[in-house]
Amino acid sequence: MTVIGWLQIILYCAIVVALAKPLGWYMTRVFNGERTFLSPVLRPIEAGLYWISGVDEKREQHWLTYTVAMLLFHVGGFLIIYGLMRLQALLPFNPAGQTAVAQDLSFNTAISFITNTNWQNYGGESTVSYLVQMLGLTHQNFLSAATGIALAVALIRGFSRASMRTVGNFWVDVTRCTLYVLLPICVVYALFLVWQGMPQTLGDYVEATTLEGAKQTIAVGPVASQVAIKMLGTNGGGFFNANAAHPFENPTALSNFVQMLSIFAIGAALTNVFGRMVGNQRQGWAILAVMGVLFVAGVAVTYWAEANGTATLHALNLTGGNMEGKEVRFGIVASSLFAVITTAASCGAVNAMHDSFTALGGMIPLINMQLGEIIIGGVGAGLYGMLLFVVIAIFVAGLMVGRTPEYVGKKIEAREVKMAMLAILVLPLMYLGWTAVGVVYPTAVASMANAGPHGFSEVLYAFTSQTANNGSAFGGLTGNILFYNLTGASAMFVGRFFMIIPAMAIAGSLAGKKTHPPSAGTFPTTGGLFVGLVVGVILIIGGLTFFPALALGPIVEHLAMNAGNVF
Amino acid sequence: MLREIRPAIVLLLALTAITGLAYPLAMTGIAEALFPAQAQGSLIEKDGKVVGSALIGQEFKEDKYFHGRPSATLAPDPNDSTKTVSAPYNAANSGGSNLGPTSKALADRLKEDVDKLKAENPNAAVPVDLVTTSGSGLDPDISPEAAQFQVPRVAKARNMPEDQVKQLVTSHTEGRLLGLLGEPRVNVLALNLALDRIAAK
Repeated sequence: MTVIGWLQIILYCAIVVALAKPLGWYMTRVFNGERTFLSPVLRPIEAGLYWISGVDEKREQHWLTYTVAMLLFHVGGFLIIYGLMRLQALLPFNPAGQTAVAQDLSFNTAISFITNTNWQNYGGESTVSYLVQMLGLTHQNFLSAATGIALAVALIRGFSRASMRTVGNFWVDVTRCTLYVLLPICVVYALFLVWQGMPQTLGDYVEATTLEGAKQTIAVGPVASQVAIKMLGTNGGGFFNANAAHPFENPTALSNFVQMLSIFAIGAALTNVFGRMVGNQRQGWAILAVMGVLFVAGVAVTYWAEANGTATLHALNLTGGNMEGKEVRFGIVASSLFAVITTAASCGAVNAMHDSFTALGGMIPLINMQLGEIIIGGVGAGLYGMLLFVVIAIFVAGLMVGRTPEYVGKKIEAREVKMAMLAILVLPLMYLGWTAVGVVYPTAVASMANAGPHGFSEVLYAFTSQTANNGSAFGGLTGNILFYNLTGASAMFVGRFFMIIPAMAIAGSLAGKKTHPPSAGTFPTTGGLFVGLVVGVILIIGGLTFFPALALGPIVEHLAMNAGNVF
Repeated sequence: MLREIRPAIVLLLALTAITGLAYPLAMTGIAEALFPAQAQGSLIEKDGKVVGSALIGQEFKEDKYFHGRPSATLAPDPNDSTKTVSAPYNAANSGGSNLGPTSKALADRLKEDVDKLKAENPNAAVPVDLVTTSGSGLDPDISPEAAQFQVPRVAKARNMPEDQVKQLVTSHTEGRLLGLLGEPRVNVLALNLALDRIAAK
């Protein structure tokens, strides 16, 4: 570890915190339906969209209607992606002549993109056409992100409203999020990325003759427009197979730094939106502090482990850390930082190959995802995931003092706690359950690229990543087989919607309750005690669920490595 | 609930058209007007022919060129399309080795490469980036140490004084952005093109 390395990490954290307030202010205005500086341009488009689709923007929805609208929207999104992938050979914008994608791979990919996972069992440049990348994948990058944000806002309204039956209008929230938040940022951001060297063209792959006379086919495409929303919307599905490690998808140290910022920007700002909407910004900062504590701890471990290297490298006197699977322009620190960010959020883009990380360096991404991606988290999903843990923490605090727990003026009762536990428990069921199947089913075992405990980690990582809707991978595992395409799709589906539906049920139940003014007996939820309590609850629940699985994978691998074993 | 079906279809199609067609096509048009070179892939031409991209590494095997990092990219086996074969710096199928920290295959590969490099230049420590594969398999850069390590071989193959080659490496070394972001590096293709230009004179 170096001083310059830590300075990069500190600068990163400082900018994320600095951006949270202005962006939170702007997003609050957007979701309250107020005028913004972009309204003169965008308001006519917005009104036109409501007109053609028959949406009455004044009419609010019950939480159940809101959820059904969201589900219908996703059925449509699924059909568009699946159809485009199956038919791409017959459609335009296909200069590389890609053929129809197989049924199970199309199914897995369609589920992957509507759930904001962007798990890639396909190789971008070798499997799908430009049309699929744009009309199928880019559009769902926007809409799955907008959906996540809309749901988080609906849950915030549950906390901030009193005695109401409705939580907002799904169509209005998604439209406003897409038009006022995601698109304007992406337009500027995509141009910045092109300036840094990212291609943006519909032209053919380039045939080059290298200096030594060999032929090199260079894949290009409309990369920048997709990468902008892929990072901002914490989607993570790469244009290229190597994702953000590919020099075209992440050309410079600056493009890398800005990409890391854009992963966290909206998620961090949503904590501020929460504070503003419940009438006390300190409530938002307290949540951001919980996330910050867990984040910095993770960065420290991964950075230390990667800078330290492996026993294999030490034996050959190779110093400078574990560079296998990392790019020279990013080095150890930017690769480690990126890995922790991308798994803390539900992004899943990678600028280095996680499969080649040291055992402990690769364990932190696993833990981040197994905690449910609540450290900033996916846009929207991170906030509602974190609020579920807050509900549990408040409940525990209430038990300790023997009072009905309250949070931001709302009584937390049996229904909310049951729903929060349901959402938190369904995730391990998926990733631990399917991992158990994956390590005994022969076809699945044959897909492992590494032997020994690392092979187990590959399977555990695959199901964890898909359940948590992350999308990063220990990429050695051959995921594109029927078993993984189907089981993975089920993990992504359950991981997304079985978290959303309980969260929305809580939103509906809270919105209908009265707000109680704080009294002398109210547990303060803006101070260090609250932050410590939530961190503790997260680590205890997390530790009890997945520590045994980690012991079989990364922990035993670390011990084996120190004992000088290779597999 | 039935009233939600119309927006589920119409709004979805309208937003899909905006975000999936209008946005990327508009970006393509603007990018090609403002930054035509980058938008096309930062291609480098020599005598009217494309020799590569400034951002994409390519394979160098000859002694007279600086070598990039090992690359783990693959290509379909021409004899059996269900299998893949090693194809270093295949810019149509990026990817890393995905070998883990306790992989025997990785340990063996590292040992073999380190031994080879030690034989080539016994006087310097082997830089780690010169024996490890990159994440993309297309890393265009090597560390300044990895470039300096190769100076004796390149100078000998080209009959140039070592100092001159060393100087060329130094002038092609890019530092951290603002002294802070990223890592110092040398673009291998740019360095080799510069060597060829000197040779042509």
